[in-house]
Amino acid sequence: MAHGGGGRLMQQLLDSVIQPIFNNPILNQKHDSAVVNINGSKIAFTTDSYVVKPLFFPGGDIGKLAVCGTLNDLAMSGAKPLYLTCSLIIEEGFSIADLKRIVQSMQQTAAQAGVLIVTGDTKVVDNGKGDGVFINTAGIGIINDNVDVNPSNIQVGDSIILNSDLARHGIAVMLEREGLKFEHHIKSDCADLSGIVQELIQAGVEIHCMRDLTRGGLATGLIELATTSRHHIEATESALPIHQDVNSACEILGFDPLYIANEGAFVLFVPESQSAQCLAILRQHPLGGQAIQIGQVKSTHAQGMVTLQTAMGISRLLDLLSGEQLPRIC
Amino acid sequence: MKYLAEYRDPATAKKLVAAIASITTQPWNIMEVCGGQTHSIIKYGIDQLLPDAINLIHGPGCPVCVTPLEYIDKALAIAQLPKVIFCSFGDMLRVPGSHHDLLGLKAQGADIRIVYSPMESLTIAQQHPDKQVVFFGVGFETTAPATALLAYQAKQLALKNFSLLVCHVRVPPVMEALLNSPNNQVQGFLGAGHVCSIMGYHEYLPLAAQFQLPIVITGFEPVDILQGIYLCIKQLEEGRFDVENEYRRVVKEQGNLPAQQLMQTVFEIVDRSWRGLGNIAASGLALTAEYNDWNAEQRFSVANINTQEPAECRSGEVLQGLIKPAQCPEFGTRCTPEHPLGATMVSSEGACAAYYRYRRYQNV
Repeated sequence: MAHGGGGRLMQQLLDSVIQPIFNNPILNQKHDSAVVNINGSKIAFTTDSYVVKPLFFPGGDIGKLAVCGTLNDLAMSGAKPLYLTCSLIIEEGFSIADLKRIVQSMQQTAAQAGVLIVTGDTKVVDNGKGDGVFINTAGIGIINDNVDVNPSNIQVGDSIILNSDLARHGIAVMLEREGLKFEHHIKSDCADLSGIVQELIQAGVEIHCMRDLTRGGLATGLIELATTSRHHIEATESALPIHQDVNSACEILGFDPLYIANEGAFVLFVPESQSAQCLAILRQHPLGGQAIQIGQVKSTHAQGMVTLQTAMGISRLLDLLSGEQLPRIC
Repeated sequence: MKYLAEYRDPATAKKLVAAIASITTQPWNIMEVCGGQTHSIIKYGIDQLLPDAINLIHGPGCPVCVTPLEYIDKALAIAQLPKVIFCSFGDMLRVPGSHHDLLGLKAQGADIRIVYSPMESLTIAQQHPDKQVVFFGVGFETTAPATALLAYQAKQLALKNFSLLVCHVRVPPVMEALLNSPNNQVQGFLGAGHVCSIMGYHEYLPLAAQFQLPIVITGFEPVDILQGIYLCIKQLEEGRFDVENEYRRVVKEQGNLPAQQLMQTVFEIVDRSWRGLGNIAASGLALTAEYNDWNAEQRFSVANINTQEPAECRSGEVLQGLIKPAQCPEFGTRCTPEHPLGATMVSSEGACAAYYRYRRYQNV
C-alpha cells in the first residue's frame, strides 16, 4: 500500500518498473498530462483512477473527484479541457441510488466546467472484490500555440504562488473515514481549476509551470518539480495558509499538513515581474481568494532540493515521505 | 491555535536564544529524553540557534524505536495467525522485525488495524466474537494508562476473545542506566513532559540528588524547549542540581493519581531489554499474573520468542551521545527509513530518522 502513497516508494515503483517498460519521450516529460501534437494542434491527454473511502465526504464525492482530478491534470499543462471519458468498476450489490448520485455529480461537475463526458465503460465485479465503486476518467484538452507550461521551463528567480489553503481534502476524508468525533468545519477543497487557469492564460500571464497538489501534498509536489527541473526551491513556512481546524486535526493525529492531499490547490511558477499581476487575477476568483506567494526558485541544483525557511529563522530540508503518513503513538 | 501558537512564537524564541547565549560560559551536554522533543528540535532547527558550546544529545524516548526486536517478532507471529485481528498504533506498522514488518503482513492479507485510541480495539472485539482481537500495547508511561484501562475493562467484561501484547517501558530507569554508563556524557536532562503529566516528577528528585545534575521537565514546542534549555544551563552555570518544571501548564508534581493507581492494579515492574541499549533492570511494565487470561503472550504461546539484536546498528552510541547520526558509516546509505538497520531510524521520532528527513544534505 505504501507504494500508492505518493512518496519515495511510489517514485521508485514508477522509475524502476513502469517508466523503463513504456519508455518514450512524451511519457518522460513527467508532467500531469502528456502533451502531443496532432495535425499541428497541441493536445493535452491524461488519465487517472479514483479509489476513495468513503465515497461521499464533506465537500464532495468520488464522482466530483473523478471529474475535477482529470480536469485539473489537463489544466496544469495549460490546456482548456474538452472531452472526458468515464469507466466505472462497480461491486456487485452496490446501491443503485448511490450510483445515480455519483453519476449525477459527475455530470453536474462536467457541465459546470463546460466539458462533455463522451464515452465510457462499465464493469461489475464480485461482491468483496471492490470498494463499492472505482472510477477511471481520461480527458483531452487543447493548448494554445503560445502556451508552454512545463517543469523544464522553471527558472532561477521564479516566484512560486499558491492559490488556496492546504490539506483540507485529505483531512476531511480521513476524519469521515475514521469516524473521528471532534468538532470541526473541514470540507474537502475538491474543485475544478481549469477555469481559473484559463483566466490567467487569457490575461497573458507567463506561466512557466503549474502543479496541482494532490496525493503527497505541497511538499511532494514541490520536491517532484525541484527534482525534475534540477533547482533549489525555497518555501517560506510563515506564508503557508492552513485552516485552524486542519492544523488542530494534524496536531492530534501527528500529521504534517504539508504532505496531506489537496484537490483544489495548485502552485504556479511565474517570473518575479509577473507575480503581482498573477496574484491579483487569482484573488478575484472564488478559488483564489487566499492566493499568496509561498516561495522562490533560488538556484540550479544537481539533484534538485526543496528547503523550508522556518518561522524560527532557519532553513530545513523538505524530503519525500517514505510511504503513507501513519498516525503517531503519542 | 490557542496554547500552541504562543509556544511557537519566533519573537519569544529569539529572546530565549539570546538569554541562553548570555549565560553560557562553557561547553555543556544536555540530553532531551523524549523523541517528540528530538523531532521538534530538528524540525524547528533549535540546535542550530543555540551557542556552539551547547551540545544536545538525543535521548532514548522514542517508544517505537526502543521496543525490542523480540516483541516485534512476537507481534508478527500473532498477527499472521488465522482468525486474529491485530490492533496497533499506526507508527508501529513500519518497524522491521527480524524478517518483515506489520505493514508487509497486512499487504499479504493479515487483518491488522490501526487504532487511534486503544479503546477502539475493545469495540472491535465486541463486534467480532468469532475472532481473536489483540492490542499491541507499547510506549512509555504516557500510553500505559490506556493499555491498563483496556486490560481492566476486558477483565470486568470477562471478554474471552480479547488479549493484550504488552511491552511498556519506564523512563526513570533508562535515565539512571545512561548516567551509570562509563561513557556517560550527559550533564543535564530535559525531562519528558508528557510522561511526567502521568507520573509527576517526584521520581526524579533522588536521581538529581544522587548524580548531581539538573533535570528540567520540558514540553514539546520550540518555546518550551528553549525555556527548558535556559533553565538547565542556568542551573549548570550556577552549580545547582534541582528538578524544575518548565511544563507547568500540563505537569503537576504528583502527576495523574487515578492513572497511576490503574497502572499499579494491572501492571508489575519487570526487567526489559531496549532496542539499542540492552537489558535495563526494572524498566518495563508487564501484566500481572491476575491478568494471565488476557495476556497475548500466554494465549498464543509466543513467550519463548527471544530474538537478539543485530550488532551492526550503532543506535546505542547515538542514544548515549557518543556519535551523531551522520557519523555512522551506514547513515543514509545502507540505513534509511525504508530499510532501517535499527532503533533510531525506524520512527520519525528517532534521532537518525529526524536527521535523515531534515538534514540529509550538509549544506542545509
